[in-house]
Amino acid sequence: MTFLNGITILLIFQLIGEISVLLLKIPVPGPVVGMMLLFMCLFIRDSYSDSMEPVSTSLLNHLSLLFVPAGVGIMVHYERIVDEWMSIGIALVLSTILTMAATAGIMLLLQKILVRRGRDNG
Amino acid sequence: MAEPDLAHIWVYLSASPLFGLTITLIAYVLAHRLYIFSNFNPLLNPVVTSVIFIVTILIFTDISYYDYFDGGQFIHFLLGPATVALAIPLYRQFAKLKKIWIPVTISLICGVIMGAISSIAIAWALGASYVSQLSLAPKSVTAPVAMGISESIGGIPSLTAVLVVTTGILGAVLGSKLFELLKIKDDSIKGIAMGVTAHGIGTARAFQVSPEMGAFSGLAMALSAFATAILLPWLLDLIGFIKI
Repeated sequence: MTFLNGITILLIFQLIGEISVLLLKIPVPGPVVGMMLLFMCLFIRDSYSDSMEPVSTSLLNHLSLLFVPAGVGIMVHYERIVDEWMSIGIALVLSTILTMAATAGIMLLLQKILVRRGRDNG
Repeated sequence: MAEPDLAHIWVYLSASPLFGLTITLIAYVLAHRLYIFSNFNPLLNPVVTSVIFIVTILIFTDISYYDYFDGGQFIHFLLGPATVALAIPLYRQFAKLKKIWIPVTISLICGVIMGAISSIAIAWALGASYVSQLSLAPKSVTAPVAMGISESIGGIPSLTAVLVVTTGILGAVLGSKLFELLKIKDDSIKGIAMGVTAHGIGTARAFQVSPEMGAFSGLAMALSAFATAILLPWLLDLIGFIKI
């Protein structure tokens, strides 16, 4: 039953998320709002996080599987990708490296500053 | 008389959702075994090998992507509940997040802006078409969210889906090497950078490294999906790229 309960709760929160996005006309996808709402609910009912554990673990452990059908869509865009493969490919690789390095670098820098300031104050 | 019967069965099966669903699961189970067998070689990421396997079969059997997706959509649908499920690891890591929320927020926003601007700028400089540039912009965001953003800024949602998956694989493959090069050892920093850049595929990879890196990656993926959905249309309007 735990699994069934878990997936039901996830779908309820996704549904609430989708409905609130439509009603409030916010440009954020429904599941993201659902996640935020579930996150807040866990603070009210801590025990829920234990009963949700099995379903969340089994979904997140095989997250890769869920991307496969979208990935197969590469077939449909075969021609565009063949025509523009150089520019799209280089943009993807460079931008991925830049984004990752910038995020990690800035975070590392900020943490060092905060630690130093904490030491000065203390 | 056996042959016409077999042909009938084939015609029936190839049009039913069962085929797409089963082939996806078979491909993934095989791909996952290969991945374990190769000792988690990032180049053999199960998404890549499954996609290659399925595309090859579809081309040989002459089944269209749309017929395949009739079955594939059942798995694709689970992306929604899986996104909601990220709340649980997020909640478990909250004590740690509370201590570092300022650097997390600032680096996350910088990462989101960097991801969008750099992909558009590089693609533009190398002469990619306008539609491709727009489809590239939300490439670092989790697939269901990115497709929504792509549509709202004038890109092609299904092309974005492919670029999103490719970006995720690139991030998962390049991540460990890049962190080694930058001498970053903290799992929370690695997780944040992974989630901002490579969304769910990066998060799946991060969970293999450690639960902490996975949780932070999931957190960053969720927050950057939120931030990108709000910032990107405004940002593109600001640099005069689109008119809202």
